[in-house]
Amino acid sequence: MGWTRFLRRARWDDERARELESYLEIETDANLARGMTPADARAAAHRKLDNVTLVREEIYRMNSLTFVETLWQDLRYGARLLRLNPGFALVALLSLALGIGANTAIFQAVDAVRLRTLPVKDPNGLVAVRIGVAKGGRTGSFTGNYPRLTYAQWQEIRASQQAFASLFAWGTTEFNLAEGGESRFARGLWVSGDYFSTLGVQPAVGRLLTSADDDPRACDPPAAVISYPFWQAEFGGDASAVGRALRLDGHLVTIAGVAPRGFFGLDVGRSFDVAVPLCAQAAIRPGERALDRRDVWWLAAFGRLKPGWTIDRATAHLTALSPGIFEATVPPTYRPQDVKGYLAFQLQAFPASTGVSSLRTEYGTSLWLLLSIAGLVLLIACANLANLMLARASARGREIAIRLAIGASRTRIVRQLMAESLLLTGLGAAAGVWLAQWLSRALVAFIATDQEQVFVALHLDWRVLAFTVGLAVVTCVIFGLTPALRATRTSPATMVRAMGPGLTEGRDRLSLRRALVVTQMAVSMVLVVGALLFARTFHNLATLDPGFRQDVLVATLDLRRTGVPDAQVAALHRRILERLRALPDTAAAGSADVVPIGRSFWNQTLVVDGVTQQDFPLLNRVSAGFFETMGVGFVAGRNFDGRDTLAAPRVAVVDEAFVRKYFGGKVPLGRTFQFAVGPGEPNPSYEIVGVVKNTKYADLRDPFEPIIYLASTQDPDPGSLTVLLHARNDTARLVAPVTQAVAGIDPRILINFQMLDAQIRDSLVRERLMAALSGFFATLAVLLAMVGLYGVMSYSVARRRTEIGIRLALGAGRGRIARLIVRETAWLVAVGLALAIAAGHAAASLLYGVTPGDAATLAVAVVALGAVALAASLLPARRAARLDPTAALREQ
Amino acid sequence: MPSRGTAPLQGELLQGTLDLLILKTLALGPAHGHTIAYAIERGSDDVLQVEHGSLYPALHRLEDRGWIASFWGTSENNRRARYYRLTPAGRRQLVQQTSRWDELVAAINRILRPTTG
Repeated sequence: MGWTRFLRRARWDDERARELESYLEIETDANLARGMTPADARAAAHRKLDNVTLVREEIYRMNSLTFVETLWQDLRYGARLLRLNPGFALVALLSLALGIGANTAIFQAVDAVRLRTLPVKDPNGLVAVRIGVAKGGRTGSFTGNYPRLTYAQWQEIRASQQAFASLFAWGTTEFNLAEGGESRFARGLWVSGDYFSTLGVQPAVGRLLTSADDDPRACDPPAAVISYPFWQAEFGGDASAVGRALRLDGHLVTIAGVAPRGFFGLDVGRSFDVAVPLCAQAAIRPGERALDRRDVWWLAAFGRLKPGWTIDRATAHLTALSPGIFEATVPPTYRPQDVKGYLAFQLQAFPASTGVSSLRTEYGTSLWLLLSIAGLVLLIACANLANLMLARASARGREIAIRLAIGASRTRIVRQLMAESLLLTGLGAAAGVWLAQWLSRALVAFIATDQEQVFVALHLDWRVLAFTVGLAVVTCVIFGLTPALRATRTSPATMVRAMGPGLTEGRDRLSLRRALVVTQMAVSMVLVVGALLFARTFHNLATLDPGFRQDVLVATLDLRRTGVPDAQVAALHRRILERLRALPDTAAAGSADVVPIGRSFWNQTLVVDGVTQQDFPLLNRVSAGFFETMGVGFVAGRNFDGRDTLAAPRVAVVDEAFVRKYFGGKVPLGRTFQFAVGPGEPNPSYEIVGVVKNTKYADLRDPFEPIIYLASTQDPDPGSLTVLLHARNDTARLVAPVTQAVAGIDPRILINFQMLDAQIRDSLVRERLMAALSGFFATLAVLLAMVGLYGVMSYSVARRRTEIGIRLALGAGRGRIARLIVRETAWLVAVGLALAIAAGHAAASLLYGVTPGDAATLAVAVVALGAVALAASLLPARRAARLDPTAALREQ
Repeated sequence: MPSRGTAPLQGELLQGTLDLLILKTLALGPAHGHTIAYAIERGSDDVLQVEHGSLYPALHRLEDRGWIASFWGTSENNRRARYYRLTPAGRRQLVQQTSRWDELVAAINRILRPTTG
């Protein structure tokens, strides 16, 4: 027996029919010969052969693969039943699709950001080296996204370590590609010579960087490797790009080759455009002196261990090397106590198969939380499905009993119910997968902001898909089959009798359905409370007063290309500021080194009255116009003015938080403070001349912190200029006049514009994401739970028709009957509430300005869910109250 | 009541027997279904009554195993009929099954009439 026979069974059947017909003819002939009448002869022949159809069926069955055959039949039957109950089908499919879709989508994101290993050769062999044990903090200047090591440390590690077969260092940066005017940034990588070879990456075109490229003596012009997407975007994928020159921050580099497609570096969530050797740092960023200065942290080190080495052994090795490495690399600017801390650092090895990711740090918890939320939604969907299947199976109990009575085998019936579940979950899963692709892309688009593109490779994960689909199938099968098995176990006669309308409802099956609805209610309550908490967190942050005006245009000016000598930079700053302030649309303009709620911050150790303070106040260097532009009011003292020149005594403006913390709240005008500096460095005293209101500095979620404002006119070493502008009417319309005015001063100045309010909005993207998604899931959960509740209540009413009829006949009021039904729902909601409060605590770390046990939130959730539950039970209650008692009792 | 799937030995014996009888009948030469049924009945002096309907599934099964082959021919009274003939494999099977049948009969006889054994 085989597939060919199976597929050609119709032809075979035809053949058999002809054969049997020939038998009948021959037998009829024989009967005629025996002297029968023609009619009798034919009839006798038929009797002899017995049921022709039965014979044909038997042969047909021998030709068929029974399982496939009946499965197909069952599936068709299931599809017909689903078409007959479009409401049931729709609810079940929608529940499944949303449950499966949401889970798959969020797992895709979790997987891409947290779990997946890097797309390089043998990612599991990658090991990171960084300072694992530190008594104090690191001080100095930190650049790039992963400033773990200084260049001096990197060189010492490379020279002395024995554990790694190959080791490389890398750092991130942004290169400006523009020659003048508005800036155009490329995401840059600094890489040491062994970067590409250690990762085992092959070039798409040309060659990749090698250790020969990272030789400081032969680094002019530096070689560069561009990424595949950058190659496509900038050079249209033309192979002649190799050998061409590229200007990074105005410095020439030569393109040596193109990295392979799909290679994004080690930073999950951030791709790169251009990679240049570490040695190019000196040429491209001479001002930073990152290769020479021992307090510039900008590198991360990764490598592959030699055969036979483990992470633990490598850590022991690195720990043993640490004293020597740190001894040799002490930054000369460090004070003795800093040096003590520095020498106590210990290097360690860490597994690095998944690379590094700031996205991971920022969204890791959120994504896991979202995944569990989506899991809860799936749970509700499954409970709904279970409920639907239970209702259907019990409704079909009579049908099953009758089919058993007329000879259907038990396995056949069970299999048919299973096929129906299979069909349902199959369709639901297909819809879910489709939905997931769409949802996960939307999720990533949600996280990305103007400032920060998110690059995440999303793959459909078959494991999670299998898991979610499996869960749904199990739900369907268990809850669809349990009643069916129970129905098929008892003798059909008992079953048919029992299926008649009973006097009251049966306890057994309904109690299971009730338990499911309680679960749904409880889980929905958890989700609703969670969503409300996240929504309030977002609302709190979005409407929070940061202490400054947000309708401000930030123009960052890069003056390095102008060739203005250092001595004249300050004068150029003044000229630009004056010109921009004089624009007709400008209401106020000022400069600041640190733009609030941006990426950067600046802090320093404070010395008050000769006492070194334990914590670091935040600093900013601003021009006099800053406070007016940002709408920050003075509490006491004066603003910076013409007196505060480089030659004059140093002055500072501080905020109220500073006054409270370091001067006990007494306005310290005229008092002075110093900063802790290295030996031999100038150490001026700063006189406090003014006190301003508190403002947020780097992050809206932080409390108001002590801030010191220094005068930009007293900056001994001015560099780039960031101008903040507030317009008379539309701030965004300032872009064109500002660009023009700056070009009028020097066309080589590069400008980058950013709206402060957009930047602040972007800083809240995580909260917005959580609020939006948890809100979406909670709505979904409530909808599903409502469907479940409605289903149970109407089923309960249907089962209790007789009971209600009797109650009505005995004189119970209709309102009383309705209350009976509504009361039943009330306790379901009550149980949910108790469970929800317990679960709220899990999300505490992601909340701002609300606590998990927030009474107002709980009250809102209770009222909302109560209203929904009431609405869901109202229809069945009305149906119960309107019941005609005579009609209900006559059915008995 | 015995459940499905564990068919009694009796059923298997009968099924196998019908197969053996068909093979034996066809050993004498090709024949169509009608002839085979009557040949078995007549050959056993009408002791064995073949259900004519059950003959066809058996023929189908044997053909499926490659022991017999079929072709369309014309019957004695000019009717189109499907003829069956024994294949070499079927002939080997007949020898094998006949000796197995003999063993079986001998074994049963030893139990039924121990004194004569």
